[in-house]
Amino acid sequence: METIKLTIDNKEVEVEKGTTILKASRQIGIEIPTLCYLHLEDLNIENKPGGCRICVVEVQGRRNLAPACSTKCDQGMVVRTHTTRVLNARRTVMEFILSDHPKDCLVCSKSGNCELQDMAHRLGIREIPGSEYAAVSTYKPDTSPSIKRNLDKCIMCRRCEMMCNEVQTVGALSAVNRGFMAAVAPAFEQNLEHSTCTYCGQCVAVCPTGALTEVDNTPEVLRALADPTKTVVVQTAPAVRAALGELFGMEPGTLVTGKMVTALRALGFDYIFDTDFAADLTIMEEGTELLGRLTRHLNGDKTARLPILTSCCPGWVNFFEEYFPDLKDVPSTSKSPQQMFGAIAKTYFADKIKVDRKDLVVVSIMPCLAKKYECQRDEFSTDGNRDVDFSLSTRELAAFIKQANIDLNNLEEGEFDAPLGESTGAGVIFGTTGGVIEAACRTAYEIYTGKKLDRLDFTELRGLEGVRAATLDFNGLKLNIGIAHGLGNARKLLDDVRSGKSQFHAIEVMACPGGCIGGGGQPLHHGNSEIIKARAAAIYNEDRKKPLRKSHENPFIIKLYEEFLGKPNSEKAHHLLHTRYFDKKKKIIVKQN
Amino acid sequence: MSKYNMHILVCGGTSCHSSESDAIVCNLRDELEAKGLTDKVQVILTGCFGFCEKGPIVKIMPDNTYYVQVKPEDAQAIIEEHIIKGRKVTRLLFKDPETKEPIADSKQTGLFKKQLRIVLRNCGFINPENIDEYIARDGYMALGKAISEMTPQDVIKIIKDSGQRGRGGAGFPTGLKWEIASKNKSDEKYVVCNADEGDPGAFMDRSVLEGDPHSVLEAMAICGYSIGASKGLIYIRAEYPLAIQRLKVALQQAREYGLLGNNILGTGFSFDISLRYGAGAFVCGEETALIHSMEGLRGEPTIKPPFPAEAGFRGKPTNVNNVETFAAIPVIILKGAEWYSSIGTAKSKGTKVFALAGKINNVGLIEVPMGTTLREVIFEIGGGIRKGKKFKAVQTGGPSGGCLTEKHLDLPIDFDNLVSAGSMMGSGGMIVMDEDDCMVSVAKFYLEFTVEESCGKCSPCRIGNKRLHELLNHITDGKGTMGDIDRLRNMSNVIKDTALCGLGQTSPNPVLSTIDNFMDEYVAHVRDKKCPAGKCKNLMEYFIVAENCVGCTACARVCPVNAISGQRKEVHQINPAVCIKCGACMEKCKFDAIIIR
Repeated sequence: METIKLTIDNKEVEVEKGTTILKASRQIGIEIPTLCYLHLEDLNIENKPGGCRICVVEVQGRRNLAPACSTKCDQGMVVRTHTTRVLNARRTVMEFILSDHPKDCLVCSKSGNCELQDMAHRLGIREIPGSEYAAVSTYKPDTSPSIKRNLDKCIMCRRCEMMCNEVQTVGALSAVNRGFMAAVAPAFEQNLEHSTCTYCGQCVAVCPTGALTEVDNTPEVLRALADPTKTVVVQTAPAVRAALGELFGMEPGTLVTGKMVTALRALGFDYIFDTDFAADLTIMEEGTELLGRLTRHLNGDKTARLPILTSCCPGWVNFFEEYFPDLKDVPSTSKSPQQMFGAIAKTYFADKIKVDRKDLVVVSIMPCLAKKYECQRDEFSTDGNRDVDFSLSTRELAAFIKQANIDLNNLEEGEFDAPLGESTGAGVIFGTTGGVIEAACRTAYEIYTGKKLDRLDFTELRGLEGVRAATLDFNGLKLNIGIAHGLGNARKLLDDVRSGKSQFHAIEVMACPGGCIGGGGQPLHHGNSEIIKARAAAIYNEDRKKPLRKSHENPFIIKLYEEFLGKPNSEKAHHLLHTRYFDKKKKIIVKQN
Repeated sequence: MSKYNMHILVCGGTSCHSSESDAIVCNLRDELEAKGLTDKVQVILTGCFGFCEKGPIVKIMPDNTYYVQVKPEDAQAIIEEHIIKGRKVTRLLFKDPETKEPIADSKQTGLFKKQLRIVLRNCGFINPENIDEYIARDGYMALGKAISEMTPQDVIKIIKDSGQRGRGGAGFPTGLKWEIASKNKSDEKYVVCNADEGDPGAFMDRSVLEGDPHSVLEAMAICGYSIGASKGLIYIRAEYPLAIQRLKVALQQAREYGLLGNNILGTGFSFDISLRYGAGAFVCGEETALIHSMEGLRGEPTIKPPFPAEAGFRGKPTNVNNVETFAAIPVIILKGAEWYSSIGTAKSKGTKVFALAGKINNVGLIEVPMGTTLREVIFEIGGGIRKGKKFKAVQTGGPSGGCLTEKHLDLPIDFDNLVSAGSMMGSGGMIVMDEDDCMVSVAKFYLEFTVEESCGKCSPCRIGNKRLHELLNHITDGKGTMGDIDRLRNMSNVIKDTALCGLGQTSPNPVLSTIDNFMDEYVAHVRDKKCPAGKCKNLMEYFIVAENCVGCTACARVCPVNAISGQRKEVHQINPAVCIKCGACMEKCKFDAIIIR
């Protein structure tokens, strides 16, 4: 390793060649402020357009100031990070940015959690000179089923653009217009809804200001809870319990399953259920489908296409419907756990408690913004009544709990209700990358081989590598498993499937880097990937503590099949728990004037 | 050219072209045919002569007679009088602005006397659509010499020794740039010609491409040979249709002659060039933005390093040079480094092309040796200030250059002198201002351009320039305070210090240089609420001088907002609350009774 010695604020530091001034400073405890810069180290995601110019520093011998985030260290470099020149420049640039930003902090949904606000505070900005005649750039506001855009608050950090293009390869957002009127938006002045957007919400997850936020569905939920004619059921996704505590001051990775259940009960939900139950159900359906296709394939049936692709992730489903519609018969037809839950709640459970589906409101708490769109898809409702009525993000739930004067920290541990609240460890690990396929393998192994699995932790499937591959031995059958998280990584595997090069039997895809724990609806990580790792650890921890860790051992799942569905992939199961996909490739029509 | 006794050269540059120089050529040919002279006299449509102010230009060779502002119907007179009878058509000759005497020989006009034309050597002399004429003027000889007699290192050495610096604006040494690109190993490299000339009023590159396209193609091939590239790209703005068309013709001819393409002149060296069109964004003249634009991405600069020489077009080593830089290369190869470096100043060698514009008599395109003073350019070549007005300032370097004044007139022009005087070379725009120009408004005008042309990537340029522009508006509206001038200066310095690319790093120059050189005008706007040049509408008032007014009512009748009142044959008055300061009354008044105060 070639190293370089330099001086930063009179301190000597030795760094690896290629290190930026920013990284070198951090090595010696100098925190140069940054705004547009974002680095999720463990996920290999970096945004450094060098656009905001907040991180500028003085480099001896250089004509102008250097952006620390993107200037590499040189041998013998002398860097000063807080000279009068630097401080004045930083303040003036910050004043520029603030002068082009609405001054409605008091009522902004990001207030208190806004990187711009924090930076203004940190730099001690107390006034914005000339703001009485300073124009503020505007762009038309836009609301889609999942994401709200208020570009008046955009500071052109380009993080969303980087996420959308480089990480997700979705290509919905890019810079449009120029100069003062530049904005990040879909091409041709389209709204997000008519763009290639998958609603993965990664743009929202990295937005430093209130420019990109989720659509708030709390008011609808509140109304349902207040309506005495409605029975309101809530389901909570696995990744929520591993992150909700962060919004109440707890350490990242604190599991709050029991406290969350108590809070939901206090909010007035009639039944507190668990999406993990539906995750177990998904494994039964998807695992059976996998084994069916695999067996047919091994028997030479050419119509049995492999690999099978998981279909739990609505951002991912939107992605392949947009970009790989020709492969729409490849993914599993199993609905996502959210929708399986809704379908069972509004049939089996509604019958059980003798409530008409129209009077049963199903709310989901999700780490995800695409779930908001998913529950609105036409195919997931009966006579106009949705299987899942509303989906709230982890962030919305936290705000809801706070508005109800509940301090999560001081709550007793509660228990999910029966029958849709019982789950196994396999359902829990759905929340992290590799978890769905691990859960599927635990069940598929035992069904396929007829043997009991002695080692439940498939550690070879875990980790944060963007694309992972593992071969599992199913009693002599070598099963090739592929895993991708982040849609850009998924695209790589899909390209191989399309060209016939893929050697995998099954592939798990999650749209968000890290899986659902890094979802677009989760508490903001502000670029700290340690938080995502801590959430993953919490999920595996919960799995380890569960008495039952294989979906097919869930007694309520067994009962559900006995009482209602028959067996996995039965006709009834197909009707309720499976779906189909559509060619949603956008055809851009440029109007000729 | 031997079979003809005489040649009639007609300028086919964009501005003469739009003044019907095509029709002049047709009429001349018709006349020659009618008189049976077609095998004695040849009519050639050339590139730009540079004297656009007086276009269309027609030049008769070999006697160098120079006709200006020729109209298609003048063809008959030129043929009958000059060609047949040997008498010059006096009414079409250029007249000295001072002596009013007609000057027949173009070399005797002030415009051409001090010029040294290396880059423009063939402009206005050859037919740009005929490769033979270029070859007749030693065209492609430098390429032949380079690829058959020299190693790539020899070529780079000549360019390095010549001391040529890039003409795009920053003045980076050309030879060094080539050397860096040549040393970076890669399976593919690119030579890019930056023809995205974006400065308002600048047309140096366009004139070269329209008048002598082969010189650029030849130089690009030489560059390709020296750095190890086989592909060249010319990034040209789509608003230059004539240049594009002539480039296409030139490319076609060069390929037919085997001067581009595979195995050029049997040496084994292959090189070809294709065109890429730009949509006219100013920032795409910045080389990284230009490359992104060619790649189909948003035309936005990225942080350097990496420089294009390491990772440019499609991530491959790429050498980007400006049109003017390339156009001089073949001459340097043929005449040698020593010859080139003997021209110019210690650190800036060779010649520079300038587009002279503004309040100057000879508007046009000129080429002078580096080291020529601003005074020589403005008063000798440019013929001085129009209408005998007083010189006030000259803005060099395009929209982000600075305004230089009287005290800078004897400054020898070169890269470093202009920068130390607070301006820059830029691509060579030179706009002259007289006593009637308000310098605060001038700064505002240039800022308006950079605000419009900022890509929006970095905050100082995106927002800062807008704020500068707003603050200047505030001042010209009469609402400024003395503190605002300090704020202007601070914001300008910070933008220069923090902006990402050359656009933002130079865009505040017009503000800073006008504050430095014309502080009194700023103070007048701010403290006295007056615009000394009488340009800022909100700071002026139209006023009727009672002694001069005869009460003819002409002003009242022309006023679009009925701001003027008064009976016939009585003194009129302007109501300042209603007046929109359109100036119509002042124009109408025959008695000088209306003044601005």
